[in-house]
Amino acid sequence: MREVAIVGVGMTKFGEEWNRGFRDLILEAGSKALEDAHLEGKEIDAIYCGTMAPGPLIGQEHAAALVADWMGLNPVPSVRVEAACASGGVALRQGYLAVASGLYDCVAVGGVEKMTDVPGPDVISTLGGAGDEEWELSFGATFPSIYALMARRHMIEYKTTEEQMAAVAVKNHKHGAKNKYAQFQKEITLQTVLSSKVVASPLKVFDCSPVTDGAAVVILMPLEKAKKFCEQPIQIVASAQASDTLALHDRKSLSEIYATKVAAKKAFEQAKLSPKDIDVAEVHDCFTIAEIMAIEDIGFFKKGEGGKATEDGLTALGGQIPINTSGGLKACGHPVGATGIKQAIEIVWQLRGEANSRQVKDAKVGLTHNVGGSGATCVIHILKNPSGD
Amino acid sequence: MANIAITWRRIPEKYCLVGSICRTCSSKYFPLRKFCPKCRRKGKIEKYVFKPYGKIYSYTVVHSPPAGFELESPYILAIVELDEGPRLTAQIVDSNSIEVGDRVEMVFRIIKREDPEGLITYGYKFRKIQD
Repeated sequence: MREVAIVGVGMTKFGEEWNRGFRDLILEAGSKALEDAHLEGKEIDAIYCGTMAPGPLIGQEHAAALVADWMGLNPVPSVRVEAACASGGVALRQGYLAVASGLYDCVAVGGVEKMTDVPGPDVISTLGGAGDEEWELSFGATFPSIYALMARRHMIEYKTTEEQMAAVAVKNHKHGAKNKYAQFQKEITLQTVLSSKVVASPLKVFDCSPVTDGAAVVILMPLEKAKKFCEQPIQIVASAQASDTLALHDRKSLSEIYATKVAAKKAFEQAKLSPKDIDVAEVHDCFTIAEIMAIEDIGFFKKGEGGKATEDGLTALGGQIPINTSGGLKACGHPVGATGIKQAIEIVWQLRGEANSRQVKDAKVGLTHNVGGSGATCVIHILKNPSGD
Repeated sequence: MANIAITWRRIPEKYCLVGSICRTCSSKYFPLRKFCPKCRRKGKIEKYVFKPYGKIYSYTVVHSPPAGFELESPYILAIVELDEGPRLTAQIVDSNSIEVGDRVEMVFRIIKREDPEGLITYGYKFRKIQD
């Protein structure tokens, strides 16, 4: 297997982009990534594009062909990757495998979701499809309610509080306020979160990531080739993925995401690193409780101590391990298919030293953690600036 | 999703808690699995009717319902652990408040009404067993 590097990144601003459709978003992100990599486009051998639900959300399937067409990249092969909210992360892994294997020398990996073209209840039902339609959704489950069921168990088993969950939102909004790509660039208080409308108890509106439009693209190459013309290639030193039951009720434990634990263990083995070697991480905070579980299951904190660590500021910029410097899904926004790619872009910026006012000092190694559904899919990547050795 | 076949083919499970048991490892499954993930090809799956009793493992009150559940909102949604092991997701009815650990029994109810002229879906919900 060859070593693989990210040589170019580009993304749209995340938010409610009424003036732009699916193809406008992916085209903007793709053009920016090619420009960042100093490529014209004809170097691209293949496209992998993560998108969860263009069918229900914009009435368009065959999304990969659309992307190749509008990017002007025909006739290169183009593949859509779907793994619910982990579509972007799994697409990145497919691109990584294609380059690592020697099959392709230059791959564009995109993620995109256009979510604001349909009414709210339809978005809720569509996202619900990340769970088990026959045995969860058809009984009235929604995604917030599925994570609420996890939050309740975490509160019982580890005495995690609603205030600790709210602290995740406050911290991520604080980070988002420093990110010009974020959907919400405004700080909030603990009181804002705690007094917001209940969506599915104990989760409130401000515990939930928003509905977002957006796209993000990265360009991959073998590291050896990348070094020749790219100033700061960022190496992918680990790519690991795990699966678990589709329905939450079939899991042994509801207070952890087992697929995260498995993927993290594999990723750290591949990279020959441990959680304490990570300088900065983007984790999947679709709901505040999800970030608390993620930082425990990845191994940054002991099980049950994620809430307290957040409350104590250990995961904020300047803390022990800054988590979600982009603002996370919570404040940067969650255009489902684009999220996994945006996470990688934020880490690339951090490792290149280009993260401006949210820069983590001397960041050399970063991690991305992308979850599909309530944890039926988890994909983790570890990125490293090879010049940092 | 107003397709009658989707409802029909799951009637034994949704009306009567028909699941399955693997005679090789004695694992019980609800909903019914036709393949034992533990024993794989060595598994011997048979139908198994679960007793309609269990307890609340986790719950939430849903205030933002998906399409088709607007009239019932807010409603209690729970993960119920059946006395015989498996867990399932269901609404809790006839109770204003519940706690984790509460004993519950299955009741047969309307789950969803598509529209006044459309399909009515029935199935299981649970209610607290009063001591």
